[in-house]
Amino acid sequence: MNRINQKLAEDKKLLSIYFTAGYPSLHDTKKVIQDLEKSGVDMIEIGLPFSDPLADGPTIQESSTAALKNGMTTKLLFEQLKDIRQSVEIPLIIMGYFNPMMQYGVEAFCAKCKEIGIDGLIIPDLPVAEYHEHYQETFEKYGLINVFLITPQTSDERIRFIDNVSNGFIYMVSSASTTGAKNTFGGEQQQYFERIENLGLKNPQIVGFGISNNETFTQATKTTKGAIIGSAFIKHLTHNGVETIGAFVRGIR
Amino acid sequence: MSYQVNEKGYYGDFGGAYIPEMLYPNVEELRTTYLKIMNEPSFKEEFNQLLRDYVGRPSPLYFAKRLSEKYNTKVYLKREDLNHTGAHKVNNTIGQILVAKRLGKNRIIAETGAGQHGVATATVCALMGIQCVVYMGEIDIKRQAPNVARMKMLGAEVRPAKSGSKTLKDATNEAIRDWINNPVDTHYIIGSAIGPHPYPDMVTRFQSIISEEIKWQLKEKEGRENPDYVVACIGGGSNAAGTYYHFLDEPDVGIIAVEAAGKGVHSGESAATSQLGKEGIIHGCKTLLMQTPDGQITEPYSISAGLDYPGVGPLHSHLYKSGRGEFFSVTDDDAMTAGLELSQLEGIIPAIETSHALAIFNDKKFKPDDVVVISLSGRGDKDLNTYIDYFKL
Repeated sequence: MNRINQKLAEDKKLLSIYFTAGYPSLHDTKKVIQDLEKSGVDMIEIGLPFSDPLADGPTIQESSTAALKNGMTTKLLFEQLKDIRQSVEIPLIIMGYFNPMMQYGVEAFCAKCKEIGIDGLIIPDLPVAEYHEHYQETFEKYGLINVFLITPQTSDERIRFIDNVSNGFIYMVSSASTTGAKNTFGGEQQQYFERIENLGLKNPQIVGFGISNNETFTQATKTTKGAIIGSAFIKHLTHNGVETIGAFVRGIR
Repeated sequence: MSYQVNEKGYYGDFGGAYIPEMLYPNVEELRTTYLKIMNEPSFKEEFNQLLRDYVGRPSPLYFAKRLSEKYNTKVYLKREDLNHTGAHKVNNTIGQILVAKRLGKNRIIAETGAGQHGVATATVCALMGIQCVVYMGEIDIKRQAPNVARMKMLGAEVRPAKSGSKTLKDATNEAIRDWINNPVDTHYIIGSAIGPHPYPDMVTRFQSIISEEIKWQLKEKEGRENPDYVVACIGGGSNAAGTYYHFLDEPDVGIIAVEAAGKGVHSGESAATSQLGKEGIIHGCKTLLMQTPDGQITEPYSISAGLDYPGVGPLHSHLYKSGRGEFFSVTDDDAMTAGLELSQLEGIIPAIETSHALAIFNDKKFKPDDVVVISLSGRGDKDLNTYIDYFKL
């Protein structure tokens, strides 16, 4: 069984953390992953930096630019992660834009993920129909779970299609925004959370975008399986470096 | 071989809609309605009336006598520079603002490189009384100051794109992010034949008025609808798409695309996408784009802000790969010289983008009885400072 599915079967709310590989320093990738696991994080999204991250707000954009300037590449990321399964057990997901994966070769990329022990991928600009038609077979051949996003604007019909194609969890974008744009939840989000809960989907949902502290984490996970923190963690790294990761995570739950 | 977009949004191997889920409802709404809207009689009537009375169409097809004599061939210039706002861009913004109105949108965003599309968007927003925000790279804001002033005067807000190379590609990223953050009330008027399907096709159709007019104008002047060649400069490729459109399936019409070579195709400072690009994904479509082996999009260079784009529209990638189009690249120096030449031979100061197309005569020899139609896509007022600096005028 894929580590993501195992984790989702646990009877607890999951905390997932996103960070950009190669940030703040080029070779921080492994240490950040190890420290996050030690601090009790349930799942990690390793950001493969891209020059033009369309869905991201300034915080993740800047960390991506910095990581690329540091010298991060797809090959180097795989190199940094090659022994990661000797020390880390929680699910690891690579999150990145499709062009770098295309240039590496989609099949080669998936094969490398399997070899390393990556459990899933999140590719915001690979649409579900395109995936379903051209890439699903390859992803599944290498045991990778592909995670799709839904937003408050996604129709019920489309959510059901996405639910059908998914085999892990659904990434619920909390509001119409890029990453890191908003940091509170209002009535609109509550309604959206309820609407999704009432759909009775087969895949659990994990909420992302706008989760930054204990309050938003608690709100977001009331009706869902878990929450993902990205920009707030990147900001923490920017200001505090990689030595105080435990303190950040303890502040969330 | 078809050069029309297929039902999945592809031209051959290129196109599609590689967009984050946040944009899906907007792009899907457009995809399912744009042709229906464009075919409504009331839409056509309003569009044609505005093109005639407001833009000043049809734009003349001018026989350039002295240029023809110099290069010993028959050169016609399609005078898009005489349109209201000074370039072909307004053909598309008129069309898209009418689409936006029918979709009930009350806020418009746009990206701009040289500022021509920004001005054309700000203009139609003023015309319709709709709020307008234009994203423009910080570097372009500096080199295209007159157009920035025009947009402001027209009531638009100009927001600097400060990420990446601070040029057109980054302005496009920022506009897309704005759309993600404002999905309900906002329409994004993309200015070039790029972006997720249906944008390349929609923009091409609005610009196709250029080749539609060339056909009947040439019939009047030469007794035949088809020239031997149509020539246009290409950044993203909207004026080119419009200039080629009605000739795509006419094999006797040669299609010539001129890209910006900057300081030389292999100088490291270039925007010649067909020569330097590889298949990849930029701004929501699969197309040829300039990138590192690792798939990071690289920063292009051209003296002309409007051609300073690392990708090219998917139709053009298809024309290149299929061999239907003949692609050339022209350096800054050759383009500037051609711009000065047109000014002094014909009394027309072209935009620097257009000057690239005019430099075709250095690379391609035409026969004396060839009819060559060049898209004079824009006028050079906005580029006077660049011309002055370059020629020490």
